[in-house]
Amino acid sequence: MDYNLSHIKELEAESIYIMREVAAQFERPALMFSGGKDSILMVHLAHKAFYPAKIPFPLLHVDTGHNFPETIEYRDSLVKKLGAKLIVGSVDEAIESGLVTEEKGFNASRNMLQIAVLLDALEKGKYDAALGGARRDEEKARAKERFFSHRDEFGQWDPKNQRPELWNLFNGRKNMGEHFRIFPISNWTELDVWQYLAAEKVELPSLYFAHEREVFEREGALLADCEYIEKKPDEVIKKEMVRCRTIGDMTCTGVWRSTASTVEDIIEEIATTRMTERGGRTDDKRSETAMEDRKKEGYF
Amino acid sequence: MTNNNTELLRFTTAGSVDDGKSTLIGRLLYDSKSIYQDQYDQIKDTSERRGEEGVNLALLTDGLKSEREQGITIDVAYRYFSTPKRKFIIADTPGHTQYTRNMVTGASTANVALILVDARHGVVDQTRRHAIIASLLQIPHIVVCINKMDLVDFSQEAYDKIQESFESFAAKLDVKDVHFIPISALKGDNVVNRSEKTSWYEGPTLMYYLENVHIASDHNFIDQRFPVQFVIRPYSDEFHDFRGYAGRLAGGVMKKGDEVTLLPSGFTTKIKKIHGADGEQEEAFPPQSITVELEEDFDLSRGDMIVRANNQPEITQDIDVMMCWFDNTKPLKQKGKFALQHTTQNVRCVVKEIRYKLDINTLHRLQDDKNINMNDIARVSLRVTKPLFIDSYRQNRITGSIILVDEASNNTVAAGMII
Repeated sequence: MDYNLSHIKELEAESIYIMREVAAQFERPALMFSGGKDSILMVHLAHKAFYPAKIPFPLLHVDTGHNFPETIEYRDSLVKKLGAKLIVGSVDEAIESGLVTEEKGFNASRNMLQIAVLLDALEKGKYDAALGGARRDEEKARAKERFFSHRDEFGQWDPKNQRPELWNLFNGRKNMGEHFRIFPISNWTELDVWQYLAAEKVELPSLYFAHEREVFEREGALLADCEYIEKKPDEVIKKEMVRCRTIGDMTCTGVWRSTASTVEDIIEEIATTRMTERGGRTDDKRSETAMEDRKKEGYF
Repeated sequence: MTNNNTELLRFTTAGSVDDGKSTLIGRLLYDSKSIYQDQYDQIKDTSERRGEEGVNLALLTDGLKSEREQGITIDVAYRYFSTPKRKFIIADTPGHTQYTRNMVTGASTANVALILVDARHGVVDQTRRHAIIASLLQIPHIVVCINKMDLVDFSQEAYDKIQESFESFAAKLDVKDVHFIPISALKGDNVVNRSEKTSWYEGPTLMYYLENVHIASDHNFIDQRFPVQFVIRPYSDEFHDFRGYAGRLAGGVMKKGDEVTLLPSGFTTKIKKIHGADGEQEEAFPPQSITVELEEDFDLSRGDMIVRANNQPEITQDIDVMMCWFDNTKPLKQKGKFALQHTTQNVRCVVKEIRYKLDINTLHRLQDDKNINMNDIARVSLRVTKPLFIDSYRQNRITGSIILVDEASNNTVAAGMII
């Protein structure tokens, strides 16, 4: 008998270990749920980690108000299926209450506004650990993240002063008012995620599969047309077969020309593509260190 | 590329500031086609803006603003690539002296250590330091990449000299498996593609080595060790009496029906069921995360351990460790008290004695130097508040390792390997 785990099963074992460590070390964890494939994977792994008990923490969704309608639909049906608790932090409400101010202009996005809303939701719920589905292969600043990532009382990340993580010993100690961001799927790549979701036959939002949609081009990225984006006169709307590689706010999530209609097609596509999945994210293109800058302030 | 049954190999890279470590990683990613076009365009753009010659592949791994500004790697960066045979995780750690703690961090989970040597300079202090750390952290396999061979005309003589010099030094270390490969990370020789300029070299390319080195036996499959991480009690009608002990198997193979001893109580019972990620399974092995049901219910909680009756770890409050000190704000002091984490146990400890400091360039034991500052390695005796279930680090990297946490700052201030 050869005692050998495949890389996918080893990643799964690692992520389950981290989630159980969070349940053991923290009093009030919450799982940040965006409706994207990474947070779907997180929920799937959390379900396995605590089975036959229910997932011992609520799902926290920061709703920008600019979501793809398909995302909300999927979210609600998943929550119902698992009997999980859902908490929503609303950007709409935050704008109304004056916590944040809406950006103006052609590239206006609610991406930055999510930071304040997320921090506010964490504070209100007294959550001391927020589990997120960020992966190190996504982006160069995320490549520097720890599994247990400390945040000060302002929710800030100090990348140059992080706690070393050795073996499988995770230090979740903190002072009152501080919290942790936990990234159980740090070591998964985009391809790993898809291979796993395919092998596990996990149901996915329709947005990930090729469908016909009204789109237009901006700065080399293809955006889905919606009422939330102000178009320039020369931006022409056309119908194309596209799919999402990441799912976020409609104003900054690019879509891809694709004919991939099954998970197997998607895996084939990713394995041969020459562009990163965040290549279509206009929020990352604001500057070379856009992600690092946002993360320091408390972005997930 | 789409194979689900590939193995996972973790390796760490170490080298001096200018040994071309980031270039090597960039080369592995680039030649294995793991760099995406938009990433490549971005670093090409940055290189041009800075007036650099060619595309600076180091920019791929140096992700933080201050790293890109200073042209150095500050923190451990993790990079991923895969080939049809394996998936790789690179822990890229900085080479400068002040960041030794990052090298220790990256090394703690690695199967393979890549040590870079500049062919022009040969084995230098930093090479020795990295080899010592790789040996202390018991990285199972070491590859010495003799880099910049293009700058010594791919001379076999230069290569042989460095290999001899490293081997005579490594004879004093606890390393089992050392390989040497002549490469040029910049030009790509012997990294992914075999070089035409080193006809005298008959060994594998670096990529071939990484794809084929035998890592299946890097875990301990002999001594069963199951630290209880979390107790699962569903309190539902369907699973009313379910009591499962969740954790990651740290050693040995656990089978349904195994007669086991529970620590610290010493009670004996049998394994009733093993639940894995895909439901019930007959047996489990490291590093699987499982949930175990026992024949009889005992009071067992986080920090306790399930082991075989006839193969138990040492149970003790006194432990001796080789310790790497990480804290840049203060030195390690005799009588100092800390929180200590070992497997899933949290205890407190006091530093009973600093035995000696290890000179990490020469391996000399400095008996009279008890001044332990950041990045120093020392042999230390600790006394803990309650018994731990330990193995030597040589025997098991999981049950043989600890970290110390400063109770005022909450920072992880030291890592220790149990002797």
